[in-house]
Amino acid sequence: MPLSSPAPASIADLAEGLRSVGYLPGESTALVAYLATKLGKPVLVEGPAGVGKTELAKALASYLGRELVRLQCYEGLDEAKALYEWNYRKQLLRIQAEASGTGWDAVQEDIFGEEFLLARPLMTAIASEEPVVLLIDEIDKTDQEFEAMLLEVLSDFQISIPELGRVESRTHPIVLLTSNNSRELTEALKRRCLYLWLDYPSLEHELEIVRLHAPELSATVARRLVEVIGMVRTLDLKKPPSIAESIDWARALLLLGVEDIDEETFNETMSVIVKHRTDMDVVAERVGLKLSSPADVT
Amino acid sequence: MSTESHRRLQSGEGLPARILELGEELRAEGVAVGTSELLDSFEVLKEVSWTSQEDFREALAATLAKSQEDRRVFELVFDRFFFRAVELAAAEQGVHEEDLANLGELSGEELDALRAQIAAALKDGAEGAMRDLARMTIAAFARRQEGSGVIGVDVQRIRRALGLRAEPQPQLPAEDPRRDGLPRDALRRFEALLRRELERMQIERTGELPPARPLGDLDRALPSGPLADLAAVHRVVAQLRRRLATQGLQARGHRSPAHVDVRRTMRASLQTGGVPVVLKFRPRRPRRPEIYVLCDVSTSVTSASVFFLSVLHALHDTFRKMRSFVFIERISEVTDIFEHERNFKRVSERIANDAGVADISGYTDYGRVWSEFLVQVEDDLDPRATVIVLGDARTNGRDPRADIFAQIAARAGRTFWLNPEPRLYWNYGDSVISAYEQYCTAFECWTTAQLEDFVRALARPGTVAAR
Repeated sequence: MPLSSPAPASIADLAEGLRSVGYLPGESTALVAYLATKLGKPVLVEGPAGVGKTELAKALASYLGRELVRLQCYEGLDEAKALYEWNYRKQLLRIQAEASGTGWDAVQEDIFGEEFLLARPLMTAIASEEPVVLLIDEIDKTDQEFEAMLLEVLSDFQISIPELGRVESRTHPIVLLTSNNSRELTEALKRRCLYLWLDYPSLEHELEIVRLHAPELSATVARRLVEVIGMVRTLDLKKPPSIAESIDWARALLLLGVEDIDEETFNETMSVIVKHRTDMDVVAERVGLKLSSPADVT
Repeated sequence: MSTESHRRLQSGEGLPARILELGEELRAEGVAVGTSELLDSFEVLKEVSWTSQEDFREALAATLAKSQEDRRVFELVFDRFFFRAVELAAAEQGVHEEDLANLGELSGEELDALRAQIAAALKDGAEGAMRDLARMTIAAFARRQEGSGVIGVDVQRIRRALGLRAEPQPQLPAEDPRRDGLPRDALRRFEALLRRELERMQIERTGELPPARPLGDLDRALPSGPLADLAAVHRVVAQLRRRLATQGLQARGHRSPAHVDVRRTMRASLQTGGVPVVLKFRPRRPRRPEIYVLCDVSTSVTSASVFFLSVLHALHDTFRKMRSFVFIERISEVTDIFEHERNFKRVSERIANDAGVADISGYTDYGRVWSEFLVQVEDDLDPRATVIVLGDARTNGRDPRADIFAQIAARAGRTFWLNPEPRLYWNYGDSVISAYEQYCTAFECWTTAQLEDFVRALARPGTVAAR
């Protein structure tokens, strides 16, 4: 893996690169990621939980050899935690240490320097010497006010600090925003982003992913596993299994040395992919029984 | 923006002009496409080759369609737009496909073979095969000279001739894929392909484009609910949240000690040499409002209940601390359904199927509803709570039990009533809204505009307090 690879020359390049770090992008994923690297526009990635939205950012970072700066959003996230904060303890110590000796002016000059600035993720991403990948995770969890604050950062890549002036980005970060679509984002934010909808992968695609992450699993079991996962996802569950969970399941089956997924194995290992009491009942009833009848292999 | 794209724009020809037209069509179908989006799409198109259809489409979609619904409309408009553009160019330049008419009459066996192939392709949902088969079908039927000239009629005629149906056809032999019925969406896609082929032929025959047809609601294949309205309701409810969150604070004015904001105190203390003389307090975070919504779903409000449910849906999107109930004769809590289901259509289905509001008569019994509601939430109801009732206050002659409603209103901080009937009809017949109006503020509410009025009224504490 190259340490700091140059920008990808084509979509195929980028898809290949992502593959090399263990992420199998769908067609549109590779395309939008490529456009993001080319145009420097943020990408808004939406889709159900567990389809690899966050993973995409990680893979991009590791393929491009960039550092990943992650801002996990939650309700009540504010500027002090996302942008920057003055390290007031240090400022205070400084004042007390110098209070007797130096004049006020000199101290005051000092204490609002970069030395006393605590950079939070957004600041880190913008001020970084090396280009980074900035992941703003679950943006739909924040308040609209925070979204509004993001606008300045996302469109101009700069932050205004009253005491210091403007901090402009030295390099252009690749920005990914993810959303589980739990609330509608503002038009203004959407307007500044490229849009990528990630859905559960097709059967073949998921099979490829599972095979990549659990290569020792036999081909028949892997195919069966992906089919079962597909079946489970069609049920009306509180939390359908994610891609990460199918990989976990594949590894679990591998550990157990399973030759075929029958009803018994399924019921024993189901807890890897289904995580709700009520869901388990539904799945055991609908999928477990189907597995016992051998004739429905497609 | 680069000068290059400007120059190409000014020429008014070629791809940029087409993209602008596409943008216009998208706007006409209600997708919010701004100038910045269009500029983005030009930027993007410099990076992908327009010769690869998939990349071209994805790249445009990434810049122009910013939600799933928009994306769906985009697909439809994109197909229609470029199909028309290509056909127009072909007609102008006099390009014709090889003549199909001299291939001779289609034999019965050939038709059977075609039928079987189509059924198999529909079963598998194979897009490419379906496209080819649609062409073959149209060619075959064109030779039989059966066109009525009206595309919709022809499509249905062909579908019937091929015996393609979504319903199971048990009279067919077991190996026929049509026996269990064909998947409905595959069937619809195939019909769309047939329609396109017919259009293509028509354009070729006449040498000009038929007038553009706006997308029907059917084309969009969206849930039956009023979705454009849904978006509007969501917008209004978002305002409602801000109003509810910020208001009430000054109205009730409790002054419990606030937390010291250490950061700001220290900043301020720098003026006094690091001695914190002036304490700075954290701004009081407005407490999250607790909301209880009761929604009438009986037959007398059938027309309004879709609207009400979309209001509920939107409320759930914005408020975390919220409990919702639906009622007819009895009351049933549906908070769970809304929390686990984002899709509005499925929400309304689930409410219809398993809310269990026990409507033997289908008539609302407000008295019973109040007492049951009070029992369920008695312990949680406090002055922070806002109770919103969505209903027409028609008791069907039963006791309104305004006394229990008064108890609820007394315990809750604020109580509002949204009535889906025009004010003119209030208190006529079995409507007893005046009995309840003494204890709450009632609003006429059957359009989003009126919902906005309600929100605006909320923002003026004076009018609400005055009652």
